[in-house]
Amino acid sequence: MKFGAEFRRFSLDRQKPGKFEDFYKLVVHTHHISNTEVTIGYADVHGDLLPINNDDNFCKAVSSANPLLRVFIQKREEAERCSFGVGSLSRRRRPLALREDGPRRRTHLHIGLPHDFRPVSSIIDVDILPETHRRVRLYRHGCQKPLGFYIRDGTSVRVAPQGLEKVPGIFISRMVPGGLAESTGLLAVDDEVLEVNGIEVAGKTLDQVTDMMIANSHNLIVTVKPANQRNNVVRGSRALGSSGRSSDSTASRHSLPTAHVLQNLPPDEMESDEEADVVLEGVLEPRLVPRPPPGSLARVNGAGLAPGLHSPGREGSVQRLLSSLRSDPRHSLALPPGGVEEHGPAVTL
Amino acid sequence: MRRFLRPGHDPARERLKRDLFQFNKTVEHGFPHQPSALGYSPSLRILAIGTRSGAIKLYGAPGVEFMGLHRENNAVVQIHFLPGQCQLVTLLDDNSLHLWSLKVKSGVSELQEDESFTLRGPPGAAPSATQITVVLPHSSCQLLYLGTESGSVFMVQLPAFRALEDQTISSDAVLQRLPEEVRHRRAFEMVEALQEHPRDPNQILIGYSRGLVVIWDLQGSCVLCHFLSSQQLENVCWQRDGHLIVSCHSDGSYCQWPVSSDTLQLEPLRSCVPYGPFPCKAITKIFWLTTKQGLPFTIFQGGMPRASYGDRHCISVIHNGQQTAFDFTSRVIDFTVLIEANPEAALDDPYALVVLAEEELVVIDLQTAGWPPVQPPYLASLHCSAITCSHHVSNIPLKLWERIIAAGSRQNTHFSTMVGLAPAPAPPQPRARLAHELLRHLLQEWPIDGGTSLAPAPPQRDLLLTGHEDGTVRFWDASGVCLRLLYKLSTVRVFLTDTDPSESLSAQGEDEWPPLRKVGSFDPYSDDPRLGIQKIFLCRYSGYLAVAGTAGQVLVLELNDEAAEHAVEQVEADLLQDQEGYRWKGHERLCARPGPVHFEPGFQPFVLVQCQPPAVVTSLALHSEWRLVAFGTSHGFGLFDHQQRRQVFVKCTLHPNDQLALEGPLSRVKSLKKSLRQSFRRIRRSRVSSRKRRPAGPPGEVQEGSSRAERTGLQNMELAPVQRKIEARSAEDSFTGFVRTLYFADTYLRDSSRHCPSLWAGTNGGTVYAFALRVPPAERRMDEPVRAEQAKEIQLMHRAPVVGILVLDGHSVPLPEPLEVAHDLSKSPDMQGSHQLLVVSEEQFKVFTLPKVSARLKLKLTALEGSRVRRVSAARFGSCRAEDYGEHHLAVLTNLGDIQVVSLPLLKPQVRYSCIRREDVSGIASCVFTKYGQGFYLISPSEFERFSLSTKWLVEPRCLVDSAETKNYSRLHDRSGPEKASGRARNSGSQSDGEGVLKEIQSTLEGDRGSCGDWRSPRVAVGYSLSNGGGCS
Repeated sequence: MKFGAEFRRFSLDRQKPGKFEDFYKLVVHTHHISNTEVTIGYADVHGDLLPINNDDNFCKAVSSANPLLRVFIQKREEAERCSFGVGSLSRRRRPLALREDGPRRRTHLHIGLPHDFRPVSSIIDVDILPETHRRVRLYRHGCQKPLGFYIRDGTSVRVAPQGLEKVPGIFISRMVPGGLAESTGLLAVDDEVLEVNGIEVAGKTLDQVTDMMIANSHNLIVTVKPANQRNNVVRGSRALGSSGRSSDSTASRHSLPTAHVLQNLPPDEMESDEEADVVLEGVLEPRLVPRPPPGSLARVNGAGLAPGLHSPGREGSVQRLLSSLRSDPRHSLALPPGGVEEHGPAVTL
Repeated sequence: MRRFLRPGHDPARERLKRDLFQFNKTVEHGFPHQPSALGYSPSLRILAIGTRSGAIKLYGAPGVEFMGLHRENNAVVQIHFLPGQCQLVTLLDDNSLHLWSLKVKSGVSELQEDESFTLRGPPGAAPSATQITVVLPHSSCQLLYLGTESGSVFMVQLPAFRALEDQTISSDAVLQRLPEEVRHRRAFEMVEALQEHPRDPNQILIGYSRGLVVIWDLQGSCVLCHFLSSQQLENVCWQRDGHLIVSCHSDGSYCQWPVSSDTLQLEPLRSCVPYGPFPCKAITKIFWLTTKQGLPFTIFQGGMPRASYGDRHCISVIHNGQQTAFDFTSRVIDFTVLIEANPEAALDDPYALVVLAEEELVVIDLQTAGWPPVQPPYLASLHCSAITCSHHVSNIPLKLWERIIAAGSRQNTHFSTMVGLAPAPAPPQPRARLAHELLRHLLQEWPIDGGTSLAPAPPQRDLLLTGHEDGTVRFWDASGVCLRLLYKLSTVRVFLTDTDPSESLSAQGEDEWPPLRKVGSFDPYSDDPRLGIQKIFLCRYSGYLAVAGTAGQVLVLELNDEAAEHAVEQVEADLLQDQEGYRWKGHERLCARPGPVHFEPGFQPFVLVQCQPPAVVTSLALHSEWRLVAFGTSHGFGLFDHQQRRQVFVKCTLHPNDQLALEGPLSRVKSLKKSLRQSFRRIRRSRVSSRKRRPAGPPGEVQEGSSRAERTGLQNMELAPVQRKIEARSAEDSFTGFVRTLYFADTYLRDSSRHCPSLWAGTNGGTVYAFALRVPPAERRMDEPVRAEQAKEIQLMHRAPVVGILVLDGHSVPLPEPLEVAHDLSKSPDMQGSHQLLVVSEEQFKVFTLPKVSARLKLKLTALEGSRVRRVSAARFGSCRAEDYGEHHLAVLTNLGDIQVVSLPLLKPQVRYSCIRREDVSGIASCVFTKYGQGFYLISPSEFERFSLSTKWLVEPRCLVDSAETKNYSRLHDRSGPEKASGRARNSGSQSDGEGVLKEIQSTLEGDRGSCGDWRSPRVAVGYSLSNGGGCS
């Protein structure tokens, strides 16, 4: 059984929770999984997934229940892949958290592979950026939500050889409630925008940065220096990098040409995420612009190949076609690659 | 994307780029914005104009131009040439003096500032003590006399500006040397006039504002004589022989005083109030000039009856019983009269009146009866009516050129030809004679003709067409340094307007007093804003012209050498078609004049298409071979067959949600608010533009220099934070249906075996429509209808406005213009290889294959730089090394004011230069590119800056001014005609037919004192091949 999940509800004495070992036995017994090794975790008040593996944290978990305690049970080998930690539930929006809602209590959840889900946003390039910075990718395509944020001019303090220096900077000024940017939780008001899709914004005007962001809105990657520096990812290897370090120097050290900056992405991912232009032959047949033959000098204009989507048949305007494409947010991801007639006059659908 | 960030340094390519591209701002055409001072050197025959932003511009013979800019950016108040020298002194409104000189460097004169100086008084003196009111350069060129507000006259030694403090003529010193009865009558107050005795350099005249005039002996430091008038003194003129002084006064009177050394003159010889007896305004400047005939010329500014004509800007000329008050449409800044330059000559013999008004330069011929105006070869008032659009056509065929000149010459009959050209011996070729005749009208003898232009004759004939708010289109010769008006087309005649334009001129009565006469062409008031011209398209081979305007009117015109009277066919194009329930709240469409209309020779309209709703026409294309015209508005686009006078189709591009486009930009409620806002904006713009002329930084450095402005901008931001919404564009945005570009192409639209005519349209919402056209063959052209069928519709997913569409042939060369191949001026396009479609949006450049429309290449400009494409045009860049090597590329102007060259067909950025300030929105919006890598943009409402991206095509002034040479320069009309003519005949006779004519026309148009100088023929005519203007690929 691939999706083996059970939900059980039982009570514990809040004052005397007892020992962890008893609890473990109770759990495996209740679920009739005595023969499998499991790890037990719980969701704390902040939405973080924390482990229960000794008396102390078991005690802590029970005392923090308010009034229910959500306990997660996973096979040990599966659980290994999903690490506990701060931000693991709410901030990362792991599938676990997304699926875990309503009255379900205990879960034995198969964690789906990323491609089963529609990505909304991600933090990327954690390994090459200074800890004070965060590079956020917003996946707008197929999403009905507006990007939903505003930027403004401001001043930022940098450490220069001559001492502290005020320089102009671009900041997030407002989040649209319910917008994509807000819903990711990765961007916040007063975060300083350092780069847009790998291009530094230093020296650019507000209008230029606005135009850059809108031009990249199908696949927007924003590097920010968060106003709140307490939620930064801390890496052991870079523990020396304190958040008090000059953002100027770090920015210059780490702002690399796009090719480097986006190294964590598969080479054609940038392109494939871009939506393709739509060409209507005559006034009837819609098709997406096909990919040119591989190895040619030409570059792919957009590789979101979507054969067999629609056959409007009637005189559908491009707008209608597009809005229908949008309304199925997953179409372009769910489609198997290939199957496109490369050299035909048009992809007839 | 990666490719563009790592350009990959190919040294050979870098070298080639240096041979192809180079950025220069070469010359400013038009009339200086906000002029503030006028100067003239009779010996150099050069005119100088200073502006409120601190620029000085020098003009001599056509093509002789210099420009200088004071670092202080303060208004230039006075300009004085040092007598007989290539030097001039300027006074700025910060009371600083600047010495400029024309220095010869490697054979070419350059204007440069040598020294600057601020007069300082003794410690503790009031600032007015040294506030300069009058400047007098002494004829020795060693001294400068400075009259001040305190009444003192300071002396400064040139060229170092060394103040000679011990020689100051203070008002006290003058007072002590005056008789008792004068001394106690009044204080002197400021110095209003300073003049040197015309014959005796030891005497100067000092006029004080309270009415006292003294003649001061410089050596003896004594008053030779004095005159006392009862009125405030405005100015003084000293007659050439020194025996008579004419003073003008604040009550509108002038007085004549005879100069005799001993006697005290208490009463003037004659006193007169020319426009009395009612109170008059001051006469601010006066000239009293002697002539051969004995009767003097009296020329003065102002003096009009205060109550009824006090608001007029007038200069009156009185001579031999004739009196005319020239009435200018804008304020008179200053004027001068051109007289005999030789100081030894006995008579003044004035021959021209030069008036600098706020908005134009007017020159009046004083030797021809009736004192007609002379058409200046430069300093054209581009903004006679505000410029609304411009269109450039390179390489005009001679035939069309001649016909336009002929049409224009008939319009210019009211202009003086000064002294008519001496009849030239018949040129050997008949066509040359024709050209010569035509030019007689155009080429007047221009009285300001100092210096010699060394610039090579322009390699080709270029036209710049400007559309104006009043419904006119002006045709400018943009081939050379002088932008000269060739012909003016008015579309007003086609429509019924409130006022009949022909009546206003004849309304002036003959016997009225004062004898006012309107002069000048500046008339910023438009009867009806709907007449404004928005798009122009001229076919240089067929002479067909399409013009489209603010109220959705599209006119197709044909060049006719004869006057004609005919009805204009009217057609309505309903662009909304089936869209129901919408109401246009903007302006109404223009009402066409019914019945036959008389048209003068020139471009005569024969078809009027009126778009419904009558929104402004936003794009226009004309295909003269297929006889089709395409037009687009914010609602859709249409195709019209002007041969059969039939509409082929219309297509509505409107998105159903787009309410704004439907109501129209000029909805009635908004219009007042909007016009108010615009007028404020205009005021602000004029203020901004006074600061605009910063010296251009080194080209290529884009981001430098702006940091300070940014920092100050930042401080302002902190007070009121501006924020911008980040949101992807959607199909529902406003004005997505706005048609931005239309393009005709003969290409492979449907399949790769057959090419056919096609029409392409791009919208604001990133949609490209392609229509396949079937145009009947020529023999059945009138019998079968033109058919159109939509073949493709491309929606760019980034949805940015489409600003350019271009089809490249099998060799990746842009398709030639219609009829270009037929006229053997271009190679036939390559129809073997596959064609490619280039779509330029504001954000990206994209190349698609044809006929499949699959994307091949792209360059994302906005995503990388944050800049957006404002203008794009394909241009051919010639190499400065190899004569016939050239490449086709895209010239691009962005919203940041940068100019870039993007290669074809690989879309690689080649070079980038900062050109226009990013805040200068009107400058960016006005930019036009030529087909050979040059361009124009407005730096003020009245001036075009010309720039060049090409190493090969460069039109810039190169001229020489030599003071020694001009010493015994006699006046123009004293030179013998036959000599001129022989020079010209030699010039044209030595060449073969067509080329000779061309060169002759060009050399004469280029001007340079006609063709009188012998220096001209060997240097210029040799070695200039016209074939390089051929536009072949």
